[in-house]
Amino acid sequence: MFGLPSLSDLNIGATLPVTLLVFGACVLLVVDLFVPRDRKRVTALLTCAGIGLSLLLSLLSLGGVIELGNGDDAFTGMFRADALTEAINVATLMVALLGVLVAYDYLERTGMQRGEYYILLLFSAAGAMLMGAANNLVIVFIALELLSIPLYILSGFRRPEAASEESAMKYFLLGAFSSGFLIYGIALIYGATGTLDLQGVWDAARSIEADASTARFLGMIGAGLVLVGLGFKVAAVPFHMWTPDVYQGAPTPVVAYMSVAAKVGGFGALVRVFGMGLTGFIEGDVPAFWQDTVWIIAVLTMILGNVVAIVQGNLKRLLAYSTIAHAGYILIAVAAAASPGLADEATQSVVIYLLAYVFTNAGAFAVITAIERNDGSNTDMDALPGLAARHPWLAAAMTVFMLSLTGIPLTAGFIGKWYVFKVALQADLIAAAIVGVLTSAISAYYYLRVVWKMYFEEGPGEATVQPTLAWGIGAAAIGTLVLGVVPYILSAMARSITLAFGG
Amino acid sequence: MEDISLVTVVLMLPLVGVIPLLFVRSLTDQTIRWLSLTVSLVTFGLSLLLLRNFDQGVAGLQMAQRWEWISTDGFKISYYVGVDGISIWLVLLTTFIMPIAILASFEPVKQRVRLYYLFLLLMEWAMIGVFVAQDLFLFYVFWEVTLIPMYFLIGIWGSEDRIYAAIKFFLYTMAGSLLMLLAILWLGVQAGTFALPDIFAQINSGELNIGMNTERWLFLAFAIAFAVKVPMWPLHSWLPDAHVQAPTAGSVILAGIMLKMGTYGFVRFNLPLFPEASEYFAPLFAILAVIGIIYGAWVSYGQDNIKKLIAYSSISHLGFVMLGIFALNTTGIQGGILQMVNHGISTGGLFLMVGMLYERRHTRMMNAFGGIWRAMPLFSGLSLIIILSSMGLPGLNGFVGEFTILLGSAGSEVLSMWITAFAALGIILAAIYMLYMFNTVFMGELDKEENKRLSDLGWQEIWSLIPIIVMVFAIGLQAGYFFDYMDSSVRELAEYLGDTITASAGR
Repeated sequence: MFGLPSLSDLNIGATLPVTLLVFGACVLLVVDLFVPRDRKRVTALLTCAGIGLSLLLSLLSLGGVIELGNGDDAFTGMFRADALTEAINVATLMVALLGVLVAYDYLERTGMQRGEYYILLLFSAAGAMLMGAANNLVIVFIALELLSIPLYILSGFRRPEAASEESAMKYFLLGAFSSGFLIYGIALIYGATGTLDLQGVWDAARSIEADASTARFLGMIGAGLVLVGLGFKVAAVPFHMWTPDVYQGAPTPVVAYMSVAAKVGGFGALVRVFGMGLTGFIEGDVPAFWQDTVWIIAVLTMILGNVVAIVQGNLKRLLAYSTIAHAGYILIAVAAAASPGLADEATQSVVIYLLAYVFTNAGAFAVITAIERNDGSNTDMDALPGLAARHPWLAAAMTVFMLSLTGIPLTAGFIGKWYVFKVALQADLIAAAIVGVLTSAISAYYYLRVVWKMYFEEGPGEATVQPTLAWGIGAAAIGTLVLGVVPYILSAMARSITLAFGG
Repeated sequence: MEDISLVTVVLMLPLVGVIPLLFVRSLTDQTIRWLSLTVSLVTFGLSLLLLRNFDQGVAGLQMAQRWEWISTDGFKISYYVGVDGISIWLVLLTTFIMPIAILASFEPVKQRVRLYYLFLLLMEWAMIGVFVAQDLFLFYVFWEVTLIPMYFLIGIWGSEDRIYAAIKFFLYTMAGSLLMLLAILWLGVQAGTFALPDIFAQINSGELNIGMNTERWLFLAFAIAFAVKVPMWPLHSWLPDAHVQAPTAGSVILAGIMLKMGTYGFVRFNLPLFPEASEYFAPLFAILAVIGIIYGAWVSYGQDNIKKLIAYSSISHLGFVMLGIFALNTTGIQGGILQMVNHGISTGGLFLMVGMLYERRHTRMMNAFGGIWRAMPLFSGLSLIIILSSMGLPGLNGFVGEFTILLGSAGSEVLSMWITAFAALGIILAAIYMLYMFNTVFMGELDKEENKRLSDLGWQEIWSLIPIIVMVFAIGLQAGYFFDYMDSSVRELAEYLGDTITASAGR
C-alpha cells in the first residue's frame, strides 16, 4: 500500500536551505565535542557560515536567480517551497545570524560560552523555517516543537540562576500546554475535513461551506484551538501571560533571537493554516468565519500590549509587552486574509512586517545586551541615562530601533505598519485599523521614554560594547534604516508570494 | 538620468550638510556653527533662484520632479516634488528663518553643539520637504520626520520642564497625524496612486468618486492632523508648553515654520481634495478660528511670562490664517498664505527678542523688567517695530495679511458677517496685550538694579534681527509683489471651490 517514494519525489533540492541547516547542526553537534572550551569561536564561526550559506541560497532562490529543486512540493506534498517559504527562511536566518552575533561576546563575558548554544539556535531556526513551509497540519505541529524545545532550553541557559530556570520552566509548561491545544485543534480539523493536507482542507472547507454541512461546527472549534496554540507562540492576548516573565528571566541574547524567531515561525504557520487552508471557508463575498475572532484578538493584543508597556520599569519587560503589541498589528493582516481575494496581499503584509521587525526588535534587545552587566542586572530604565553622552552610537542605534517600533517614517517599522494598515482598509477592517493607529500613538510614549532617558537625563550610562555585538547592532540599525528608506526591497521580496489555491 | 530639479537641490542641501556633522570627528564647535550657517545660507540663496525661475502665470506645479519610489501592483509611490503659488513662499520662509535661527543659537547653545546643529539641519530638510512634497506618502514621511528633531531640541536644550513639554508635543502631534495616515492609505488604495496631482485628476474626471459621507470622514481625518499642528482651539494645549520650554531657536522654528505646516496642509489637501466637505465644515472651522483668535488674545493678556504671551498670541494669529482659508475665496486664501509668512517673520522676531532678554537676565517674567529702553535703546527700538508688526500696524506686514483675510471673510459666500465682526475684535485685543507687554518691559522707570547694567545688542544679535526688520517693511509696503506669485494657483483653487459651492447651492 505504501510504496517507498523515490528520491526525485522527495525533491530535496527545494528544501535545501532548511535541510542544510539541520544537517549542519547535526554535524556541528559532533564537531563541537572536539572544540576546546576556550576556542568556542570556532563553533560560532561555523554556525555563522552555515546560516550564511543557507541565507544566501534562500535569497538567491527568492530573487529567482537559482531554482532549488523542481516545483514547489517536496517530501511528497508535506513541504511547500514557494515564495512564502523563502521569505520566512530569509527572516528566520537573518535573525539567527543576528542572534549569534549578539550572543557571542555576551556568552564569553558571562562565562556561559558553551557550544550547545549555537546548535540549539540552529535547530530552533530550522523549526521556524519549517513552520513557514508546512503544507500539512502535522508538519505544523512537528515544526512548532522543533522551534520550541530548543527555545525552552535556551531560556534556561543562565542556569543555575533561579530567574533563568524559572523562565525556562514557565515557558516549557505553558508551551507544552499550548501544544496540546494545537494538536487537539488539528485533530478536530481532521475530523471535519478528513485530511491534514492544506490543499485538502481547503477543498473540504469549500464543500462544507457550499453544503452548509454540520462539519462546519467541528471545523470552527478546530480552527479556534489551532488559533490558541499558535496565538500562544506569537504571544497574542489572552495567551500572552508567559511573555514578560520569560523574556525577563531568559538571557538577553536569547530573547533577542527568540522574540523574533518565534514570531516569524508562529506567523508563518498562521498564514499557512489560516491563509491557505482555512480560507476555504470564504463563501462568495462573505469573509471566512474566523475573521472576526482574529481581528478582535488583534485589537485586544494591541491595546493590552501597548497600555501595559507604559508602566514597565524594566527594559526587557517593556520590550516584552512591546512584542505582544506588535503581534497584534500583524494579526490584523492575518484577519484580513479572511476577506475574499485578499489572502495573498494579507500574507505579503505579514511577511513585510516580519522582515522589518527582524532588525528592529533583535536590535533593541541587542542594545539591552550591551548595557546588561555580567550578573544580569542593569536592565532597568535607570540604566539608560547618560548613554547618549557615553556611547553616542549605541544610543543613536537604540533611538533608531525605538522610532522604528513606534512606526516613524524612514524606518522599517513604518513600512510594516503601512502595509498592515493598507490591507486592513482593503478588508474593511476599519475599526481594527483605527485601534492600530491610536495604540501606535500610545506606544510612542513608552518608546520615546527610552529615548529621553538616554538623551535628556544625566547618568553613568554603563555599557559593554564588544566587537561582534557592535557588528550585530550596527547591522540591525543599518538594516532598519535601509528598509525604511528603500522599502522596495521589502515589497520586491514579498511580491511573488501567493497562496496557491485560487478561485 | 534626467535633470535634477532646483527644488530637489534646495531640499537635499541641508541633508548633505548633516553628513560632515555625523562623520567628521575633528570638527570644533566653532567650525560646526559656521558650517551649519553656511549650509543654511546657501540653501537660502538657492531658494531665491527658485523665486527667480518661478513663472507667475502658471497655476500648476513648477520645477517638478518625479521618480518612482515604491511601485507594487496596487499602487504607486513616488518621490514627487515641486512648487506652486501656494508653497513657494513657505519654502522661502523656511530657508529664510533657518539661518536666523542658527545664527541666534551661536551664543546660547554651548552644550552638545554637534548634535544641536545636526538636528537643526535635519529639521530644515524635513520642513522644506513638507512644503514641496506632492506625493501623499512622501508628505507623510516628511510630516512625521519633523517631529523627531524638534523633540530632541526641546528635550535636550530646553528649560526646566523640557521633558514634559517635549513628550507632550510629540504625542499630541503624532496622535493627530495617525488618523491622517489611514485617510492617506484609503485615498491611495482607491486611486491606485499616492501622487497628489494624479488623485486630483481622477477626482476631476469622476474616475475616483469618494462619496459624500466618506469625503467628510476623510476631511476630518486630515483636518485633525493639521488642526493639532496649527494649533486650533481646542487642540492647542501643547503649544504654550512647547514654546516656553523650547530653546530660542526651537521656538523660532516652531512658531515661524512648523505651525504653518498645519495651515498649509489645509490649503494643500483639505480644500482641493474634499471641496464639498470643506464647504460643509467651513462655518465650523471659521467659528473655531474666531474662538481661537479671541481666546488666544484674551489669554495672552493674562500672562506674566513674555514667552507664554507670545505663544498664546500665535494661537490668535493663526486663527486669522484659518479664517482666511475657510473663507474659501481668492482673497481669503491669499491673505491666509501671506499671513502665514507674516506670522513666521514677526513671531520669529518676537521669540528672538525674548531669547535675547533671557540670555541677559535668565528670566522671562515681565515684572523682572521695566524701563529697558534706557539700558538697551537699539534692542528696544527694533523690538518695537516687531511688536507693531505683530499687532498689525498699517504699513507693516501684519496689517496687510489680516486686512486681506478680513476682506476675504467678509466677502465669503459660506461665512456669516458676524464671524468677520468678531475676528476684527481680535485685532483690537492684539493691540492691547502687545502694548501692555511693551509698556511693562520697555517703558517706565529703569528701577531694577540688575537691569541697569544690561548691555545692548552684539553683532550676531543685530544680524539675526535685521533680516526680519527688512522683511517686515518689505511685505508691509510691497505686498503686491508677494501676492503676484500666489495669484494664479490660489485663483484656480478658489474657482474650483467656487464651482462646488455654486453647484451645491443649486441643489
